[in-house]
Amino acid sequence: MTDHASAADHARTLSLKLHIWRQPDRASAGKMVTYTVADVSIHASFLEMLDILNEQLIANGEEPVAFDHDCREGICGACSLMINGRPHGGKPATMTCQLHMRIFHDGDEIWIEPWRAHAFPVIKDLCVDRSAFDHIVARGGFVTTNCGSAPDANDLLVPKDHAERAMDAAACIGCGACVAACPNGSAMLFVAAKLAHLHHLPQGQPERLHRTQAMVSAMDAAGFGNCSNHYECEAACPKEISRDVMAMLNRDYAKAAYVSRERDEPPHGSG
Amino acid sequence: MTLKLYPRTPSGPIEQQWSNARFEMKLVNPANKRKYKVIVIGSGLAGGAAAATLAELGYDVACFCFQDSPRRAHSIAAQGGINAAKNYQNDGDSVHRLFYDTVKGGDFRARESNVHRLAEVSVDIIDQCVAMGVPFAREYGGTLANRSFGGAQVSRTFYARGQTGQQLLLGVYAALSRQIGAGKVKMFPRTEMLDVVVDPGTGRAAGVVIRDLVTGAVTSYAAHAVILATGGYGNAFYLSTNAKGSNITATYRAYKRGAGFANPCFTQIHPTCIPVAGDYQSKLTLMSESLRNDGRVWVPKSKDDVAKHPDQIPDDARDYYLERKYPSFGNLSPRDIASRAAKDQCDEGRGVGPGGRGVYLDFRDALRRDGFDKVREKYGNLFDMYERITGENPYKVPMRIYPAVHYTMGGLWVDYHLQTTIPGLFCLGEANFSDHGANRLGASALMQGLADGYLIIPYTLGHYLAGVAAKDLADAGGAAFQAAEAGVTARLDKLVGVRGKRSVDSFHKELGHLLWESCGMARSKASLTHALDEIPRLRDEFWRDVTVLGGTGSFNQSLENAGRVADYLEFAELMCKDALVREESCGGHFRTEHQIDGEAKRDDERFCHVAVWEHAGDGNEPIRNIEPLAFENVKLATRSYK
Repeated sequence: MTDHASAADHARTLSLKLHIWRQPDRASAGKMVTYTVADVSIHASFLEMLDILNEQLIANGEEPVAFDHDCREGICGACSLMINGRPHGGKPATMTCQLHMRIFHDGDEIWIEPWRAHAFPVIKDLCVDRSAFDHIVARGGFVTTNCGSAPDANDLLVPKDHAERAMDAAACIGCGACVAACPNGSAMLFVAAKLAHLHHLPQGQPERLHRTQAMVSAMDAAGFGNCSNHYECEAACPKEISRDVMAMLNRDYAKAAYVSRERDEPPHGSG
Repeated sequence: MTLKLYPRTPSGPIEQQWSNARFEMKLVNPANKRKYKVIVIGSGLAGGAAAATLAELGYDVACFCFQDSPRRAHSIAAQGGINAAKNYQNDGDSVHRLFYDTVKGGDFRARESNVHRLAEVSVDIIDQCVAMGVPFAREYGGTLANRSFGGAQVSRTFYARGQTGQQLLLGVYAALSRQIGAGKVKMFPRTEMLDVVVDPGTGRAAGVVIRDLVTGAVTSYAAHAVILATGGYGNAFYLSTNAKGSNITATYRAYKRGAGFANPCFTQIHPTCIPVAGDYQSKLTLMSESLRNDGRVWVPKSKDDVAKHPDQIPDDARDYYLERKYPSFGNLSPRDIASRAAKDQCDEGRGVGPGGRGVYLDFRDALRRDGFDKVREKYGNLFDMYERITGENPYKVPMRIYPAVHYTMGGLWVDYHLQTTIPGLFCLGEANFSDHGANRLGASALMQGLADGYLIIPYTLGHYLAGVAAKDLADAGGAAFQAAEAGVTARLDKLVGVRGKRSVDSFHKELGHLLWESCGMARSKASLTHALDEIPRLRDEFWRDVTVLGGTGSFNQSLENAGRVADYLEFAELMCKDALVREESCGGHFRTEHQIDGEAKRDDERFCHVAVWEHAGDGNEPIRNIEPLAFENVKLATRSYK
């Protein structure tokens, strides 16, 4: 990082050796394939570097590398990639699409792989299927209210610090880095962030315990591993979601188990 | 003129039109709703909200999106906020003022009745979003916080840090997920709509042809109504703030099936984006307009100073040109005006940064006045984003910004019911043309998407379906569908069959550059005529020399992209034609021949209308139809922000 980029710095380029996971489809076996790219501007983003590689492959009649991406400004959560073994390359608070080549050096070798997790099967090359996240949200990641029945927005006062903590958790972009970083392939940070967003707000209270149970069981059913407190997820999260959200989940989950036993029915919101 | 353009403006004074219209609309019996199939294409604020709300009402909904999850639709990238006429700040806002600002901001090229309804329902949107758990910014007392936003003199913008779009979309996604979980919405991620099917007997929309992007399978789906909510076409310019996947295919395919396309030349260039750094650039990143509340825009007064470090340029050698030219709005001038002003400074040789295509957005005074912590609290995430992309620290040196293509006001023509010229085919959000005229005000896109999806289509679609028998569902195996599927398949085969030498991206970049130079911030007869000569040449070359590797029957990102670029290569011509015929300057459409002292000169005598283009068959000139616009509630006037 500099205060003001100089002209010489602006023109700096890199030559790189890339080892990339290629896999034609879900059923086929994959392997690492080595490529070289030259003249990559240090101001290009990581995905633009892959664009340059793909143009080079197309010119040679080779199929380009498939990778997920969309907004390219760090908010849609589509891009992924294990870069040198770290989700999104390991730069704090940075998605792959916002990773710029200035952090690399001329002549570097870079290993690029898809997310590795049982619940995220590879579709092709670097693209994985993350629909398990959607299935978890469909089981409880909402407030049950139909359009049209809302009271005036200012009838519901929310203390500023509660709103801020809800917002901290709601910043999750669903990219899956937490799962990819976890040695167990657990989705605890994702699920806990979704829950904490709603549970720091009054709107989330009526369904709080039921929501916690429903989403945790959906997470288990989707094939994610268990959390064993490594906190690799927190370190990998590009939106810096705190592991505190998982403590909130665990408290609510324990409470839900107790309440549901007591009533012998699914709890429906005594939060 | 052959299209029947009946806007269906309701009766009565404008304040009563929406309630009159709702009362006059027919209803579908609750027990019958599940017998009606509705297809929604797109899962952003408009499409996702429509799919969720229609399912809540009981309709049988299928929703398609090209992303791997509905949560990733490009609405997510909106940073600054959403407008609503709540007047929570007691600063003189009202439904009428929001209506007035939007009509005026759109430079009198929007339909009054639609805009008034938008302003009316804006207040309900905020209520709805809060009930769903959207974590809007709050004051210490727990009430909602507001800020002012580009082009407005009242604080009516609600926000969630710099990620209002994501939080609103997550609200929509949550509501949609609830319906998916309940089995009321069938969701099809990683799919793309490649054709609309119109029943040849009735002329009504009967369904769609979809390609599964993972397997490559092409399949027909029949429905009683089809809703397109597929966003804008800013990516025609290659470089834009849109997501890479955003495309015009759905609305362009509908146009080719008979839906009128309105005002394609109305495109918005956003003034505050990070400048282009090199020819490898794949997209441009917006810096939220909210930054203009505290940042001051300037360039050096003298050309000789442009290469100097900004700290070495004293205040009296700086030209705060927006404050100078527009003293009452200053740095908050509307987007089209601020963009052109930036271009003018750079054209004069006073631009800064690589290539001289940039102006400073400086927070020095805000940092001195409010301190680091306050500035960080308001804009921290945007400053961090800027630093990640440029490697420069905006707390220490001013940001460099330049205008970039951001939004498209043009889109499929719709009536007051949001129905296109094809009965049963509706169009919502950025994909339609209706509310923003020739220029959209900041924080109004999110408002329109949610208004259309949550609060308008649930009524107007019901009225349409009440006139259709549930048993009249088209047969997805019928002749019209088979013909459409065959057309889709043939086109896919043709794309992979060319086996030329040039990549899809190389064509897209060339088209984008051509459009930016000839149909961008400034347009002239000469530039547009040039573009209209070049586009067909480029299109021919594309179909002769493009290379798309891989097959049609599997996951193939080059093929997806090729289809989209092929559509842009046709649509670009329509855009330039529209810009050429509209011999006036209004909003984002600036014809260099029509200006007074550098400001846009409208021609209300000749162009106070919507231009609605009608496809007349491949190889034939499209037909320009007109919907006249009447301004009965906001007096036609020259916009002035001085």
